[in-house]
Amino acid sequence: MKDLIEIRWHGRGGQGAKTAALLLADVAFGTGMYVQGFPEYGPERMGAPITAYNRISANKIRVHSNIYEPDYVVVVDETLIDSIGVTDGLKEDGAIVINTARPKEEILPKLNGYKGRVYTIDARKISLDALGKYFPNSPMLAAIVKVTGVMEEEAFLESMRKSYAHKFASRPEVIEGNMKALFLALQEVK
Amino acid sequence: MASDINRLGLDVKWQDISLGCTIVGSGTSESFKTGEWRTDTPKFIVEKCKQCLLCAPACPDSAIPVKNGKRGEFDLDHCKGCGICEKACPFHAIEMLKGVR
Amino acid sequence: MAIKERLSGNEAVAIAMRQINPDVMPAYPITPSTEIPQYFTTFVANGQVDTEFVPVESEHSAMSACIGSEAAGARTITATSSCGLALMWEVLNVAASDRLPICLALVNRALSGPININCDHSDAMGARNTGWIQLFAENNQEAYDNMVQAYRIAEHKDVMLPIMVCQDGFITSHAVENITLLEDELVKNFVGEYEPEHYLLKDGESLHYGPYAVTNYVMEARRAQMQGLRNAKQVTLDVAKEFAALSGREYGLFEEYRLDDADYAMVIIGSAAGTAKDAVDELREKGIKAGILKIRLFRPFPAEEIAEALKNVKYLAIMDRTEDFETNCGPLGSEVKAALYNKNLHPAALNYCYGLGGRDVTVESLTSVFEDLMEVEKTGELGEVYRYLSVRE
Repeated sequence: MKDLIEIRWHGRGGQGAKTAALLLADVAFGTGMYVQGFPEYGPERMGAPITAYNRISANKIRVHSNIYEPDYVVVVDETLIDSIGVTDGLKEDGAIVINTARPKEEILPKLNGYKGRVYTIDARKISLDALGKYFPNSPMLAAIVKVTGVMEEEAFLESMRKSYAHKFASRPEVIEGNMKALFLALQEVK
Repeated sequence: MASDINRLGLDVKWQDISLGCTIVGSGTSESFKTGEWRTDTPKFIVEKCKQCLLCAPACPDSAIPVKNGKRGEFDLDHCKGCGICEKACPFHAIEMLKGVR
Repeated sequence: MAIKERLSGNEAVAIAMRQINPDVMPAYPITPSTEIPQYFTTFVANGQVDTEFVPVESEHSAMSACIGSEAAGARTITATSSCGLALMWEVLNVAASDRLPICLALVNRALSGPININCDHSDAMGARNTGWIQLFAENNQEAYDNMVQAYRIAEHKDVMLPIMVCQDGFITSHAVENITLLEDELVKNFVGEYEPEHYLLKDGESLHYGPYAVTNYVMEARRAQMQGLRNAKQVTLDVAKEFAALSGREYGLFEEYRLDDADYAMVIIGSAAGTAKDAVDELREKGIKAGILKIRLFRPFPAEEIAEALKNVKYLAIMDRTEDFETNCGPLGSEVKAALYNKNLHPAALNYCYGLGGRDVTVESLTSVFEDLMEVEKTGELGEVYRYLSVRE
């Protein structure tokens, strides 16, 4: 892994892209890294495009700007591919991870000639299978962890179990579903 | 009771003024003699007074002392000579002396 | 043992408040500071603090309630942002002139208008002359550390003035970053109990706050108040020294970053200072002697110390995250230049307005400021002395 990796999340208000970015910061922190997780706030509403960011580094992070040349991009809502430049500034030795049920060949022409690695994952199917509801952020989180290799899968799952136990202390029944979503996502991102 | 009203006198330097101009202690207005503002002075006519005590609460400056249910002479250190007591007295036991300090 | 955590700036400040366990918190929510009272009321509901939380109907009421509560003898805290601080403005002055050491967590956000929820310093700068102490933070760690130190400065007998603990809205308030916390007990002991000499509810004593002052008193009262604020400078340093012994983290009136031998220096406040440090490191790698002076204590303004720190600088950029409508400079620009003038120092100085309404500040944009300074050196021409950074034109 590089000294500093920078990730940009694209989602729509209400899908949990910001939460996923904060969770990623959380789990990376758990492995002893320096982290940043922050949203770009505007007058967003449910459904409006939103951007969130992560920096993960072995060294202290001082910069407080948005990320313009990310190593990785996560697209939580594939309809954004048509409306915004999701690959803008994305490094060619990096990768983009897109939530879609469509085959990769259909997605590639929409990526403005991006030459780096492209991963897809059907987070909707995974979420519905595991949780019975559409919450794409857990599968997308697992996908980006796998693609970036910021941590071992086992360590990631263990850390997330703790995180969920804390987050869903009053609703322990949803923990297993979320864990299943993570597990499936780790298998299915490709 | 602690009182630092003296730290708010006219000759007090900035170094000695009380913190935030706070006044510690109550009833400090008593030491501020407003009687010198007076241009008319009330006269208490004891013979006409029935001790009904309507005058005392009417005085804005508490300048009519009441002791054992009876009013006494005016506190001229604090009476500003407004004349409200004269109007309040039903028995003409108070007379304002015009131009008398 | 220090506690390693990852927290947003708002969470960090709320935790410091829990550790301080103030007596009263009147507050009214406003983005981006809302989370602070939100987290704090959870602590209240859970019984983790003894604080009386007072929901009020406006920020003017919040600060008025703070004044009443602090005057009564209760250690009082609140939080706000932007227009909320503007609505407090009248009573901010009263809090200071009554010498009440209230603490306010300010999460910097642009004043309207145009209406905007993102970071700039127009709120704090608008209230810079209300008599409050103002501390600024670069990141969540500094926001937390400043909050822990705040009451020790404000309540010091030589000071007795309210204090504003500022951090950048969203940029640090909503960004999760690594942080090291102190144990609850350490903070409790460090902050100590609030023991004012006089207060309204003191047994056996009566007290009057805010009496009318005739012309004969106002100048003396102001002079005394100014002295209290001036004293806050030394107290800030003394408290920082004690805090360093406790935490290992050192603070001053400002931070000097690679400033010792700098030919080109930037004076800056808040989160952009971190970004500026990265810019300086890149320039230093190219052999360019760049440095940063990051303001921590803005009120009282440490003019002499700043002039001393900048005495060998030849080219200076002063960064204002506000448009003050003075039309020739921003507040920091004006004050730094005045500080230099008083010491007969005359570096070539450019003043920039930057980052308004959350306009992103990048390593590249701040590097361009240093490049502007190098251009001044090359041409010998200052050009426009008050400039806008990253404005479309």
